[in-house]
Amino acid sequence: MLRVDLHPTHVSKCGRYKLRAGKPLPFGATIVPGGVNFSIYSHAATSCELVLFEKHAPEPCANISFPEEFRIGNVFSMIVFDLDYENIEYGFRMDGPWNPQEGHRFDKTKILMDPYAKVISGRDVWGAQPDWKDIFQHRSRICFDDFDWEDDHPLEVPVEDLIIYEMHVRGFSRHASSGVKHPGTFAGIMEKLPYLKKLGVSCVELMPIHEFDEFENSRVSPVNGKLLMNYWGYSNVGFFAPRAGFAATGKFGMQVDEVKNLVKQLHKNGIEVILDVVFNHTAEGNERGPYISYRGIDNKTYYILTPDGYYFNFSGCGNTLNCNNPIVRNMILDCLRYWAADYHVDGFRFDLASILGRDQNGAPMSSPPLLESLAFDPVLGKCKLIAEAWDAGGLYQVGSFPAWGRWAEWNGKYRDDLRKFLKGEAGMVGAMAQRLQGSPDLYGWERRGSTASVNFITCHDGFTLMDMVSYNGKHNEANGENNSDGSNDSLSWNCGWEGDTSNPQINRLRRKQIKNAVAMLLVSQGTPMILAGDEIGNTQFGNNNAYCQDNEISWVDWSLLNSNEEIFEFFRKMIAFRRAHPVLRSSGHFQNRDYMGSGFADITWHGTKAWNADWSGQAHTLAFMLCGKHAKGGKAQDNNIYVAMNMHWDMHGFELPKLPKSQAWYVFANTDARAPQDIWEVGEEKKLENQSEFLVGPRSVVVLIGK
Amino acid sequence: MESKYSVNIQGDVAKIELSGRLDAVNAPAFQEELKKLSGSPLKSIVFFAKDLEYISSAGLRAIIFAKQKCGVQSQVYLVGATEAVLGVIKMSGLDTFMHIQDTYGE
Repeated sequence: MLRVDLHPTHVSKCGRYKLRAGKPLPFGATIVPGGVNFSIYSHAATSCELVLFEKHAPEPCANISFPEEFRIGNVFSMIVFDLDYENIEYGFRMDGPWNPQEGHRFDKTKILMDPYAKVISGRDVWGAQPDWKDIFQHRSRICFDDFDWEDDHPLEVPVEDLIIYEMHVRGFSRHASSGVKHPGTFAGIMEKLPYLKKLGVSCVELMPIHEFDEFENSRVSPVNGKLLMNYWGYSNVGFFAPRAGFAATGKFGMQVDEVKNLVKQLHKNGIEVILDVVFNHTAEGNERGPYISYRGIDNKTYYILTPDGYYFNFSGCGNTLNCNNPIVRNMILDCLRYWAADYHVDGFRFDLASILGRDQNGAPMSSPPLLESLAFDPVLGKCKLIAEAWDAGGLYQVGSFPAWGRWAEWNGKYRDDLRKFLKGEAGMVGAMAQRLQGSPDLYGWERRGSTASVNFITCHDGFTLMDMVSYNGKHNEANGENNSDGSNDSLSWNCGWEGDTSNPQINRLRRKQIKNAVAMLLVSQGTPMILAGDEIGNTQFGNNNAYCQDNEISWVDWSLLNSNEEIFEFFRKMIAFRRAHPVLRSSGHFQNRDYMGSGFADITWHGTKAWNADWSGQAHTLAFMLCGKHAKGGKAQDNNIYVAMNMHWDMHGFELPKLPKSQAWYVFANTDARAPQDIWEVGEEKKLENQSEFLVGPRSVVVLIGK
Repeated sequence: MESKYSVNIQGDVAKIELSGRLDAVNAPAFQEELKKLSGSPLKSIVFFAKDLEYISSAGLRAIIFAKQKCGVQSQVYLVGATEAVLGVIKMSGLDTFMHIQDTYGE
């Protein structure tokens, strides 16, 4: 059958390109039979021009105006035939009012990137100095949609069964010690797959991999002369395109394939992928920032503006994306659906997610439409949705983030309470009991289970675990801001000396504190998250805000795997323990009663005396027992597990609860013991000689199983 | 430089010589050519890539397409590819479904 709808009806003014009215949806550039459909929205533009470049060319090869009859509503769409679409870059010029007070900043001299660009060139190789004279810095390109996924599918592991590993794509393998062929790239992560498998994590959470500009606000450090860059990348240039500079194939424009292949290989190894997404602001900054895309396409739609047309700054980064404008809301939805459907991504972590709940004037809403749409979206129906439940404008919503039973949260209270308990603060026992149970005090009132809580002690933002036990204060001088940036209250303790030391007692205590922290993390209900490198004692030398440090401060130093093998082994075995014991991974909350007729409640609290926890304000000790017959709400069978935590600086005897006659207590971990007697392989636990009491060393955690 | 390719079927082995550049410009025609393989019960599809200077994602697609068309029983070989071509294939992870070797025995 001859399709007449595939034939050109118009010719461009230059006579070189054959055209036809396009389809308004989907937005962006879409390959159609014979050509490419370009479609872009602007509410206030008076005209629009498609600008074509040959790959990397300094000047455009064509400027094609959208004929007025090609505009439907507020959408300009056009099919251009016979394009060499692998070798062109495209952008738009928009004409319209220049009236900043009214929110309009049209400038037809600027060439603008497509907000829906699926591939973006211009920063193809990390750190390669850009040509600042280039009139089109971030160039949209056309994406192929033909990756061979074979039988791959998102893994859909229940969130309570995940063990998340947060990593920076570049920092993970950039260090010379990583030993990979393509350091600092998606391909580099692939080379480290055997390591991730051995460690046992079941999900990697990638810090931003959307296209960003590492040269944004780049400057030379006044302290050490090194180039400071936008290393973390919490500043999007484009939402639909993967970061070219993170791809070994970025210079060939094949970053899409490389990311998809990484996801496919991770899935093959039973590891999910969560993306850290930044929808709170863009890289265009405030009124002094550059024109990349949104500002010149429809400033008033994309940004939250003050009544006199300036940019609200709830993100702390110059502008605030207008997330609850219906157009932007749809863009975010389109974006997440695209990553879920086309990249098989398993979930998302939303940076400064509270911003997504602000209205178009910046005020927090009780039922934000964007968050509700995401919670009920059919395509995202099985994706994990995790909120960083606060923003830089002072909104703090841990425990109260609008959830609709779908959203989980980075539990900042978990981090803070565990750190305080760990460093020996008195009066933390009650709070710790909540944290260990999946924070029912925060989430139970809204009938949210422990699945609402992503538990973490460290993340990219703040000290690494090793630094948390090595520094009392931050040491951010290298950031060039007179040490004024970064959190002032890290709730850390240096164990007796600030920074690196050769003192064996201090180093032993630090290792023990690390083990205490990870032991508590991995026996807590909720979803644990580990910062990449913590398992080998990686240090940022006391820097708790390494956002601009593209160097040894941030990069994971793999040589530590040798010197800190005992830390790695402790992590590995604790992870295996969690994976082996469903009683640690409930989706709901404990009921504090015996509903299985086992003779024990699902959770019971103990102290130096069995059945008698010390809840006083001076207490530093706590123990609990989980009844294996209540695992997964009684649906799974497991051993009884007993955990004693002594955060006091003296040793204490903990009286053990009596088990049924057929069972005995076995020790799985004791952080006071020297490696390798500190932890055992799952199934090789050592039977206790004394079944009635365990002498728990100073600042130590003991994990027993009854079998 | 133009891409040139020749397809030669001997029994249950298809031998394909590649040279020049294989990119979006000439990949569609190449793919059309490969479509002809889908009727034959092939044991092996062998791409000789010694003279292939450059392969883009579109070129790689065409090779994947050949594999998919001919079914799981067909083995794909890439023979004598230069470092530049191999680099692209390996980094994007497309090396897992084909046998990469320096020579192909008769």
